[in-house]
Amino acid sequence: MTLDFTITKEDWSLYRKGELDRARHQEKVREAIRQNLGDLVTEESILLPQGEKVIKIPLRSLREYHFRFDLEKGRQVGQGRGQTQVGDVLGPVGSAEGGGSGAGDQPGSDYYEAEITLAEVEELLFEELALPNLEEKKSVETAEGVEFREIRKNGLWSNIDKKRTLLALLKRRALQGQPGFGPPKPDDLRFKTWDLRLTKHSNAVILAMMDTSGSMGTFEKYLARGFYFWLLRFLRSKYEQVLVRFLAHHTEAQEVGEREFFTKGESGGTRISSVYQLALEIIARDYPSTAYNIYPFHFSDGDNLPSDNQEAARLARELAGVSNLFGYGEIASKGNGSTLYDLLGELEESRFRRFLLREKGDIYGALRWFFGQAGSPAGGLR
Amino acid sequence: MSGELLALEKAVAEIMEIASGMGLDFFPLRLEVVPPEIMYTFGASGMPTRFAHWSFGKAYHRMKAEYDYNLSRIYELVINSNPCYAFLLDRNTLLQNKLVVAHVLAHNDFFKNNAHFAATPRDMIQRMAANAERVEAYEFEHGREGVEKILDAALALQYHINPRLGRGKASPGSSSARGGETPNHARRQQEEEKEDLLYFILENAQFLADWERDLVAMVRGEALYFLPQLQTKVMNEGWATFWHLRIMRELELPEAEALDFARLHAAIVQPNPQGLNPYRVGLAIFEDIASRQGIEKIFEVREVDDDLSFFRNYLTPELIDILDLYLYARAGDRWVVVEKDWRRVRESIIATKVNHGFPFIRVKEEDYGRRGELFLEHVHDGRDLDQLYLEKTLPYVFQLWGRPVHLETQMEGRTVIFSYAGRAVEKRG
Repeated sequence: MTLDFTITKEDWSLYRKGELDRARHQEKVREAIRQNLGDLVTEESILLPQGEKVIKIPLRSLREYHFRFDLEKGRQVGQGRGQTQVGDVLGPVGSAEGGGSGAGDQPGSDYYEAEITLAEVEELLFEELALPNLEEKKSVETAEGVEFREIRKNGLWSNIDKKRTLLALLKRRALQGQPGFGPPKPDDLRFKTWDLRLTKHSNAVILAMMDTSGSMGTFEKYLARGFYFWLLRFLRSKYEQVLVRFLAHHTEAQEVGEREFFTKGESGGTRISSVYQLALEIIARDYPSTAYNIYPFHFSDGDNLPSDNQEAARLARELAGVSNLFGYGEIASKGNGSTLYDLLGELEESRFRRFLLREKGDIYGALRWFFGQAGSPAGGLR
Repeated sequence: MSGELLALEKAVAEIMEIASGMGLDFFPLRLEVVPPEIMYTFGASGMPTRFAHWSFGKAYHRMKAEYDYNLSRIYELVINSNPCYAFLLDRNTLLQNKLVVAHVLAHNDFFKNNAHFAATPRDMIQRMAANAERVEAYEFEHGREGVEKILDAALALQYHINPRLGRGKASPGSSSARGGETPNHARRQQEEEKEDLLYFILENAQFLADWERDLVAMVRGEALYFLPQLQTKVMNEGWATFWHLRIMRELELPEAEALDFARLHAAIVQPNPQGLNPYRVGLAIFEDIASRQGIEKIFEVREVDDDLSFFRNYLTPELIDILDLYLYARAGDRWVVVEKDWRRVRESIIATKVNHGFPFIRVKEEDYGRRGELFLEHVHDGRDLDQLYLEKTLPYVFQLWGRPVHLETQMEGRTVIFSYAGRAVEKRG
């Protein structure tokens, strides 16, 4: 018989079907992630300082469903390398078997996950958030370095521009009818001089306040930490520079370091007015509201000394007055808001918002409530 | 042509000579050397010219990632067509390509000679290209989302088809009632139609627009084309492995290549503890038949059998023992071997091939409760359905049928009926 065959190798660089189909799939993945944002925002692996910055999320909606047998219930066929006996363990359930044939209907092989990076979560999350009461602040100029941009006839010897000095010398002698080198005169000297590079930008400051009294447990701190984590990242995406000051309080308030802020725990009662007072002092001293966008946020379980409630509410109003947005988050794992929470509700301040958090998932709700798109706070009234 | 391609061309000529000398009978061969992205694009949808769909993108993404991380790689892809198209990865070494070509020629022979492929159109590449163009036109006209909804639904049911019905009749607007047939024949025809969900929907669904019907028919036609490959996976791979071994032995390989070949072949036939490697099992069965009944016999087997009859007729107790086949099940959070008795093992292997591996689901009533509702029944064979998957698939049936749908099955020994009318799946019984 005759051998009928050809071998070809063509240029496939314009064939894009695979990538186009992948793009369709990626679109669906993004949609699925968007629907999972509430859970992602509280994902511990993201919130931990040294945590993995790539997380895996199961995407149930992107399985290709069809009628099939329950693989977990039944018995499956497998093969060994000889002498396999009843009772031999093959491995843990959930270990995805690679199986080169791509049959797909093996137990455990169907679990479909997408990997998502912190940056992607941010991008999706921040799409939904906006900064309320944004105002033009007097921009601050900071020097970010120096630039050599000018040549002068006098300057520091260490900055002498040899090439230009020689050129000047040659030019002068040529004009005088004496081509070639000769001793330099002071007039030939050229120096590089520098300018400071100034950039204008607006700054924001977060006054992170937290109740560290005995009633604030690990769970409450976890919520606060999760919230501040996203708050900082969100503001950083909007402002050049975001400063954070950590203010902890029980009956007295003091400024602490970040580490201490999240781990501190003290016994005793709570006087919330103390931290609002401290915040006002810090703002008055360091952050003129003409130059800074100020975002005080306070987390507490609301278990305040009853005698302090009126004073706290009064200071809260004052604080809201000098801020872009003052947010109060009450962690009420047990039920409803405290007396103080109700009292703050009377604060009809467009610059004040309050939110009740009951469970992990509420971090997302809080973010959406505090930074909901203009007009329609996404979180819903709590 | 580059030096590499010239060397390959020389090798291919030699391999074809050897293969046809051994009695393989194949379509003309069209080899195309392609980069990985192209290989995985084809691999993802099974065809170079298939319509656009996210599920192919998902498969492509996964295969490509596995390739990029060096976890697995496809060396070849062969299309059931005349001439027979096969794609070689441009990273393959000459030795890998020799093996692949030998392997591909046996697939080619199988496509040409196995009875289950006899009805498949050999110009499917062109047909699928035309289908893809129609899908694109529908997307333009009716929106991508609308087209995707129908495709998602049809693809979910794509292998609940009955190849005995053929392809031509289920075209839009045609009627299943044909004159000049005996009542017996007509009744059998009706029963056959009820075993093919897509055919039944095409013929009887009241609310599908013409373009939607066309999409469903398209998916069904393509599934009919792919179905024989599902039905003969073990045989086909076993056959190809059987012949690549023999052809490669005939080639005079330099020592280094011989070693590479041994290594590559060993990787292909290594056992899969949680599945059945079709290369290994198929090869062992063909070797066994050839040694006991002669080489002519295996040519006959490759012509008439599919995996189901292949296992029934030729998977002997001795083979089950030699291949160390077993059954395993979940015990707590581990997979544990639970059965080595050859009868049970054989029974289970055969069961995985009944109805080409899919649960047997047929139409029980098409006008349930005289409300035009579709009532399906799962013919239970001892294996329960995956309830999550069932609940997610039933809405697809509803999507196509346009009226409430029901499915009767057994779970844990009890008859249960799942219903879906557009809101939430309800379970009774």
